[in-house]
Amino acid sequence: MTDKRDLLILGGGLVGMTLALAAAKKGLSSHLVDRADPASLTADGFDGRASAISTASWRLFRHVGLEETLEPHGCDIAAIAVLDQMKRGRLDFRPEPHEGTLGRMFANRQLRLALHEAAKKEPLISWHAPVEVLSRDRSEFGVSATLGDGTVLEAALMIGAEGRGSPSREEAGFKMASWDYSHRAMITGLDHSKSHENIAWEIFYPDGPFALLPMLDGPDGQHRSALVWTVDEKDAAGVLKLSDRAFLAEVHKRMGDLLGELTLNSSRSSYPLSFQHTAKIVEHRLALVGDSAHGMHPIAGQGLNLGLRDVGALVEVLDEALRLGLDLGDAQVLAKYEKWRALDSLMVMGATDSLTRIFGIPGKTASAVRRLGMAGIQRTSWLKAFFMNEARGVSGDLPELLKA
Amino acid sequence: MSDATTQPRSNTSAGTISGATIRADEAAHFGKLAKDWWDPKGSSAMLHRLNPVRLQFLREAIDLHWACDIEARRPLAGKSALDVGCGAGLLCEPLARLGADVTGVDAAPENAAAAAVHAEGAGFDIRYIAGEVGALDLGTFDLVTAMEVIEHVADKRAFVAALAARLAPGGLMVLSTPNRTPQSRLLMIGAAEGVGLIPRGTHHWDDFITPEELDALLDEAGLDMGEPRGIGFSPAKGLHLSDNLALNYIVTARAR
Ligand SMILES: Cc1cc2nc3c(=O)[nH]c(=O)nc-3n(C[C@H](O)[C@H](O)[C@H](O)COP(=O)(O)OP(=O)(O)OC[C@H]3O[C@@H](n4cnc5c(N)ncnc54)[C@H](O)[C@@H]3O)c2cc1C
Repeated sequence: MTDKRDLLILGGGLVGMTLALAAAKKGLSSHLVDRADPASLTADGFDGRASAISTASWRLFRHVGLEETLEPHGCDIAAIAVLDQMKRGRLDFRPEPHEGTLGRMFANRQLRLALHEAAKKEPLISWHAPVEVLSRDRSEFGVSATLGDGTVLEAALMIGAEGRGSPSREEAGFKMASWDYSHRAMITGLDHSKSHENIAWEIFYPDGPFALLPMLDGPDGQHRSALVWTVDEKDAAGVLKLSDRAFLAEVHKRMGDLLGELTLNSSRSSYPLSFQHTAKIVEHRLALVGDSAHGMHPIAGQGLNLGLRDVGALVEVLDEALRLGLDLGDAQVLAKYEKWRALDSLMVMGATDSLTRIFGIPGKTASAVRRLGMAGIQRTSWLKAFFMNEARGVSGDLPELLKA
Repeated sequence: MSDATTQPRSNTSAGTISGATIRADEAAHFGKLAKDWWDPKGSSAMLHRLNPVRLQFLREAIDLHWACDIEARRPLAGKSALDVGCGAGLLCEPLARLGADVTGVDAAPENAAAAAVHAEGAGFDIRYIAGEVGALDLGTFDLVTAMEVIEHVADKRAFVAALAARLAPGGLMVLSTPNRTPQSRLLMIGAAEGVGLIPRGTHHWDDFITPEELDALLDEAGLDMGEPRGIGFSPAKGLHLSDNLALNYIVTARAR
């Protein structure tokens, strides 16, 4: 007996895993396939990153039943403060009390732990990891993947969720618009003597943003933030070679005494930054979600949020297909998903990219423009509202699963 | 095995039902036909785009008629359905997914054969029959559909009567067809067929039927027509259900 399922999800990262869970809530069964060992993905020190989870993404987690597990691990973002280097003129995004928070910060590890636990318990998910995918096939009546041990997994629809290097996307021959920022993000966790007061800092330098994201206090009450510091690729090797002390000194230079005395609380890692976008995210019996559909600069922290919006939209479209008796691989069904997502991802990516470009131009004039721009935005309340809604992820045509 | 019951080589349209399955050499031919029918970019592109819209109307009608849970995955479980003018099964397969025991009838034996080949590949147990619905002894069905068929039929009165005769007590009928208006003349024949969205020669505008005329025919056959909904087109929404009946409309009917 073959175990033909509704979905064959290739890539069980944060996005693929959330998709499997959200789909299961609608009664859709899946094969969830990842080449990495789940234990290694949640091992301490594997992924030191933290993610800003927008209000909309949080609702999706709530819909899939993760609220209780995740709630204690999230740190509310009460305000976002934007600075042009350490100059005067600060741009604040702080919602009114009745408007709720701008999202919350989670260690990626906590997100993965919660997702893995839920996936293990979900009977509609058949989780295959670590396995190697030898080949993928999309034919008239279904899709399949052949694993290293010869197992063939079958489903109605294939989902490419393998992140930036997605082989299912490459195989489909989608053309990617992409450019390398030739920048690298330095990632680490900081303990600091002053409280962050739940503020996320984005300090813009010509090389890119220097971001401090508020995290929950450590076990001994240490105040904590996650650091994402963007440096030019040509300087990256040098920064990576610095001793911890010298690294901290560089960090201090860029943030001054904002948070008081600093120490590192995790190992340091780095990620190359690039922008990639494909207008086509569906093909015959194939849909892309998450970073495989759009990789981006992490400046506005929208990468995962964007991927979770993909999840919400796709699940809603598939649920409707089930209600109408349509094949999950039906071209009209997939076209609807593609159309829905196209505008949204371009808007978010456009905004993220132009922010980098505005703040990335060196020179005095640019700095003046930047400051003027910030003062301008500070005054223009609707623009502020727009930025805040983007951070919350509640603008645009939201999928049901991401609504309250 | 498929239980396809077709008469692939018959030249007369109103054939009797034979239990013969399709011969291997012919299966390849019908397979090709089915592939074209089912190709969303092929000659039936327009039908593929219409399908979700029709199904949306159909689903609402089903939920209302039988008071189904709108989230139910198989609202037609335990019910029988007949699709007249089934083509290669674009509607039959969704009906089967919704739980119905489905029979598809098409006057063109090639279509019924192509539908049977596709259903077998997709793993559906659907009965396909070649012939005219009026000439076949099929029994009655809980759901009877005829989408974009009546405009092709010469004797519309006899056709509607034949459909009515297939409807089981308490059953639901759903029909869709282009309206006879200046707009439909322009679009269906000029534009849509002209740019190749619909194969040329598919429609004869004079044969189109207005909602009032259809209402009268259904009435004669002892059926009450529901409120028709239009199927409109806009660049932003694509094809969608609308209140504008000028181009194409879809409607329910049930026994009085
Ligand atoms: C420095 C940095 C900071 C960021 N900060 C934020 C933030 O604050 N907020 C935010 O929203 N986003 C942020 N992002 C973006 C976010 O991390 C990504 O958008 C998100 O993790 C994408 O998830 P994914 O599941 O699509 O892809 P991935 O996380 O890349 O997961 C892909 C999965 O597929 C598996 N896989 C890969 N290839 C194969 C294969 N051939 N076969 C089987 N499995 C395979 C991998 O093992 C992996 O598990 C940041 C990104 C960076 C680089």
